[in-house]
This record gives sequence, C-alpha cells and structure tokens, in this order.
Amino acid sequence: MIQEETAFTPQIAASAITGILWLIPALPMLAAGAIALMKQPLRKASATLAIGSLGCSLLLSLVAFTHVLGGWVHGQAVRETVNFTWIQVGAAHVDLGWVLDPLSAVMLVMVCFVGLLIFIYSTGYMAHDENFTRFFCFLSLFAGAMLGVVIANSLLLLFMCWELVGLTSYLLIGFWYFKPSAAAAAKKAFLTTRVGDVFFLLGIVWLFSQSGTLLFYSAGAGSMEPLKLALLLATPSHLGMTAATGIALLIFAGAVGKSGQLPLHVWLPDAMEGPTPVSALIHAATMVAAGVYLVARVYPLMQAGVQLSQSGEVIGSTTALTVVTWVGASTALFAALIAVAQNDIKRILAYSTVSQLGYMMAGLGLGGVAVGMFHLITHAFFKALLFMGAGSVIHGCHDEQDIRRMGGLKVEMPFTFLTYLAGMMALSGVPIFAGFWSKDAILESAQIWSISRAPFYMLVLGALLTAFYMTRQVSYVFFGNWRGHGEAHESPGVMLFPLVTLAFFAVVLGFLGTPAWPWFRSFLENHDAPIQVSALFERGPALLMLTSIAVVLIGIGLGWRIYGDKKVNADDFDPLERRFPTLWTLFENKFYIDELYGVTVIAFYAWWARVADWLDRRVWGGIVAGVTGLAHIGAHISRLFDVNWIDGGFDKSCEELANGGGLMAGVQNGRVQLYLRLLALAVVVLAGILIWSVQG
Amino acid sequence: MATPLVGYLLVAALLFAIGLAGALTRRNAILVLIGIELMLNAANLNLIAFWRYGPHPEALTGMMFAIFSIAVAAAEAAVGLGLVIAVHRHAQTTDLDQINRMKG
Repeated sequence: MIQEETAFTPQIAASAITGILWLIPALPMLAAGAIALMKQPLRKASATLAIGSLGCSLLLSLVAFTHVLGGWVHGQAVRETVNFTWIQVGAAHVDLGWVLDPLSAVMLVMVCFVGLLIFIYSTGYMAHDENFTRFFCFLSLFAGAMLGVVIANSLLLLFMCWELVGLTSYLLIGFWYFKPSAAAAAKKAFLTTRVGDVFFLLGIVWLFSQSGTLLFYSAGAGSMEPLKLALLLATPSHLGMTAATGIALLIFAGAVGKSGQLPLHVWLPDAMEGPTPVSALIHAATMVAAGVYLVARVYPLMQAGVQLSQSGEVIGSTTALTVVTWVGASTALFAALIAVAQNDIKRILAYSTVSQLGYMMAGLGLGGVAVGMFHLITHAFFKALLFMGAGSVIHGCHDEQDIRRMGGLKVEMPFTFLTYLAGMMALSGVPIFAGFWSKDAILESAQIWSISRAPFYMLVLGALLTAFYMTRQVSYVFFGNWRGHGEAHESPGVMLFPLVTLAFFAVVLGFLGTPAWPWFRSFLENHDAPIQVSALFERGPALLMLTSIAVVLIGIGLGWRIYGDKKVNADDFDPLERRFPTLWTLFENKFYIDELYGVTVIAFYAWWARVADWLDRRVWGGIVAGVTGLAHIGAHISRLFDVNWIDGGFDKSCEELANGGGLMAGVQNGRVQLYLRLLALAVVVLAGILIWSVQG
Repeated sequence: MATPLVGYLLVAALLFAIGLAGALTRRNAILVLIGIELMLNAANLNLIAFWRYGPHPEALTGMMFAIFSIAVAAAEAAVGLGLVIAVHRHAQTTDLDQINRMKG
C-alpha cells in the first residue's frame, strides 16, 4: 500500500463546479418534494420528474468527475471543499460543507448512473402498481440523501443524510405495507441499523469534543488532517486505546449496521420484502455501500498511527483496521455459507450482498481505500444487474420467487438469461469480468497481510462458495425443466435496456483496476498510472490469479455437477440436503442467528418492557394514585370548612339581617296612631331612665 | 302666697295626660290634633309657672316664651288642619285607622 505521494500538488481552492456541487443531491430531493405533492394518477409526470432530476445530477456528476480527472491528468491532487458555519454557540461552532475529491467524484458518478438505470427499470417493473407516484417520490428522496452522504465534508452532514437514507430504506422496504412481512422487515431494518447508528452518533460526539470540528477537510484544520489526527492519537482513552482508535471503532459500528456486517446483518436479507428495484438500488448497489464509503471517508482516522517503512510502505496495521478486516472476512465467509442453502432468488442475492460487503470491508482493512472502493464500484454494477435480472425473472414468472419453482428460462427469457449470466460471472469472479479484478485485488492484499493469514483463507473459501451458489441459482432458474405455474414471458424493453447497459459495465469495468494498469488506485491515491503489462506476469500476482481462477472453476464445476441442467421436481430434496442434512439445516436457518437474537436480545427487551410496564402500573402508578388521594382528602376537608364555616357564617348573618329587617318593616305599617303610641312609649321609657338615673 | 308651685304643675301634668290620652286613643284626626293642642298648652302652663316661681320673676322671659309657643302652636294647628283637609279630600275620611298608606 502506498501513501499519498507528494509529487502531486494539492489543490484546495474551490472551482465553479464545487460551488454548485450541492445541486447534485438537491435536485432529486426537490423532485421528491414536488412528486409528494402530485396526485396519484400523475404517473408519467412523476416518473419524468424523478428521472429528469437524477439525469441532471448525473450530468453534473460527470462534469465534477471530469474536473477531478483533469486535475489528475495535470498532476494535481484535487480536493476542493466548500464549508460554512451552520450553528454558532458562543465560541463553539458547527460547520457543514461538501467536498470534491477523487473518492466522492467516483462515487457520485456510480450512484447517479446506477440509480438512473434503476429508475428507468422501475417504470417498467412498477407499471401496474397503484402507488407509482409514491414509489418515485421515495426513490428520489433516497437518491438525494445518498448523494448527500457522498459529497458531505462534515461528519454531521454525512450523518443527517445517512439517517435520511435509513428512513427512505424503511419506507421502501415497507412500501407494500399491507403485507405483514414487509411491515415487519421495515421495522427490523430500521431498528437494527439504529443499533449501529447509536454508536456512530457517540463517535461523532466524541470526535467533536476532542477535535472541536466535524469537518473532514478544512485547510489543515479538519478532523481527517494530520494536525487533528496527531491530537487524537495523543489522547489516551479506555482499555489502552487512543481516542483515535475509539472514535474509529465507534464510527465503524455505524458502518457495520448500515452495511450488514456481522453481527448486525440480520436486517438485510429481510429487506428483500421491498420491491425488487429497491433491493437493487438500496440494498445492493448504493445504500449498503454507504457503510463501506464511510469507512473509506474516515480512512485517515482508521489508519492514524500506522507504522510506515522508509519507502512509505505500511508496516502492520492499526487496531481499527484489524477489527475492520476480521469483521469483513468473517462476514464474507459466513454469509456465503448461508447463501448456499437458500431457495428464494432474492434472498440468495441478499446473502451474496452481505458476503460481498464483507469483502469490501476486508479490502478496506487489508489494502486501503482503493481496494475496498474498487470492489464497491464493480459490485454496485453487477449486483444491481443481478437484482434487476432477478426482478425480471420474478416479473416473468408471475411473482414467483422460489428458484425450485422456475427452471429452463433460458429459452423464454434469452436477454435476461444472457445479462444474468454476465452478472453471475462477474460476481463469481470469472476472469475478465469486473468482479475478478476487484476480488483479486482484495485477495492479493490479504495474502501479504502481516498479522494473520486466516483472512486470506476465509476470503478464498468465500470466493469458492460464491461461485458455487451462483451456479446453483443459475442452474435452477435458467436450466433444467419448467416447474412453475403458467407461462413465463420476457420482460418489456424498458426493463431490458438497463440490464444490457449494466451487463456491459459488468464486463468492462474491471479493466480500470487490473494489475497491469491500476488506474483506479492511482486516481484515488493521486499518483500516475503507468501501463505495465509485465505486472500481470510477475510471480506473486500471477500465482494468485491462477489460484483464484482455479477456485472459481472448482466452484462453478462443483455447482454444475450437482445441479446443472437436470430434470427435478419442485418438491425434491436438495442434493446437498440429502448428503449433509445437519449442515444444510444449519445453513438454511441462517445459523439460527435470528432465533438467537430472539431468545437473547429481544427476549431481554420484552422482559424489560414487562418490568417497566409493571413498574409503571404498580409502583409509579401507585405513587401517583397516593398523591392524588391525599390531594382529594385535603380538598374534601377544605370543602367542608368552606361549606360549614365560611359559607354557613355568612349565610346565617345574612339571614339574621333579613329577619331583623322584616321585624322593623312590620312596625312601619303606615298607621299614624301606632307611630304616635311608640313615640309615647319611648318618651315614657326615656323618662323612666332619666328618673332612675337621677335617683341612682 | 295662695297656691304653691306643685298645684300648677299638677294641673299641667293632668292636662298633658288628658291630651296624650286623647291623641293616642281617638281615631278622628281632628280630635288627635285637639289632644296635641292640650299637651302644648300643658307645656305653656309649666313655662309660666316656672317663670313666676323662679329666681327672676321681674324679667318677662317666661311670658315671652309662652306667647311664642302659643303663636307657633297656632301656626302648627293651621298646618295640621290643612293636612287633615288634604287627607280628607284624598281619602274621603278622617278616620286614622283607615289612612294607613304612610309608609315608604
């Protein structure tokens, strides 16, 4: 692995295209907003708007890519940023911004291009769906959010878009919400990724508190630049780790959730409940790759403190990268084992995606950004192709997803068959196809990893299994006898066009990163890319290539021997199931991971929820009821006092006043004689008093 | 000295008591007025008697009081009779028991 060479002059000043880079995610988001306001019957308008906006984004991305490429050709390391302050509180401020560098440029073009093809494909696949406009609204929102993740120059902005991506994933998995399984899968996906995101958020907060900035690059002051990295490395943390390692591991936890790595992979296969274009776009090509992209984006942090030899070669690894490698390699092997024993066409591809994401992670951990990202890009193309091919098959077989109820489709669906075959070969790593080169690069860096050889063997075994289960799937679907119901038919042209385009790239894309011409790595790492055909035949790479070709051939050969072109019944036992029933059951049930979570984490939460419920009802509820009762008693006493004392006293005095008045009123009866008599009486009394007092 | 002061006072008290009894018992308004006049005159008699047997019998103060009082009583009688006539015109009677509207 070669560090960034200084021969390339860094270029920081922002150009015009960087200034308007925000338009790339903004356009699909605005389109999503506009479509959200449209009425249901406006199908054509909504699809046009979504495809048009993403098309504009693709054009802008291509302009940005050419700009970066132009810089590369002239020996400049392009890294242009636009930063601005979002929140200012006293001296502290939170900055947001976006960045244009080779990494984001490559990713932008990939996301826009694959996304656009899937949008076009969706117009055919979803043609009969009632909620066509809603679908395109969600798709556009997803595309905007994903592009936001790609261009973000701030961990916070990245996290915002990251969560938006998670939201759209939830919405799209649950798009057919009337299916209980889809609704449950959507919830599962949301909650499982949330586990990773909590750690991710902790990492963000920690990073901010340590370095005071969340910007990646900010003219030397960003958190991914040497100054702040040195600071992070010098800060000790728990368990003998530095703050840099701690933060890197927390951020990686976020990537584990999003990219379906062990042990948070359980949501990804269930996410196949969504419409197939969603599976292709979100759960194969782009969103799940966001975790890999995140690790690539914070790679300087992951790699911080690594030892370098005098020539700039990396010696050993960092704790963070070692963790990334082990997680990736185990996921790659583990998911490939499960994929062997699945029967749902999309589920096989889902486990294959999990497995390939493991390869990407391992590539990042073993060989650096370029190795992991190259597999990400090639995988995005051929996995989108495979999913859309699977969608085409499902569409043609009247919504049948069980590969045992298909068969012999190569006759009815020739275009789908050929393109699917291209995707399958790319995924298996057949030479010349894209997956061969990118997987080879990962295996090569695994072979020379200084810490352990185990990841290499795991990845090789994973490659063998990949070739095997893909052969099994293709044999079941396209060869043998027809075991389904009704007549299978080929899909419409609007669905085939993206397939053909993607198949083309699945074949040629690998040539961007062959050992003879490692353009992709040179572009990402900013150094020249000489063409050295002789590199193909050096002893190390050539041996490795031969090994991987042999592995692929063994995988495909075994698969063909067991499953190839045979007449079987849909209800027959799988040949492997007959031979290894125990292992088969274990793989078919996905190592019982879901069940394990069911009896541990979920059972614990259910128990805890019941305890909380009991506490709420009995303890807190009792306390609240007691206080209420006391207040009631006080109120009653107060009321009694009020009614009997205050009101009573007042009423009584009023009554007496009225009575007295009545008495006096009786005296004033209008009879003059009576007045006179009273007068006389009063005089007598007065006289009496006078006399008595004089005498006294 | 033929008659002592007590004799005059007894006559005056008797006269007052007769007037009071008449004023209180009679139902006819005019007779009530006459009773009141009797009481006034009893007071006048007392004034004259106290003056004549007082320390300064040579000064005419007591007689002057009595004459004033008689003049005021005459005016009062005139007003009282006027009232009685007005009431009689209104109620067609001088019976005080039937004139009971003197309340607010």
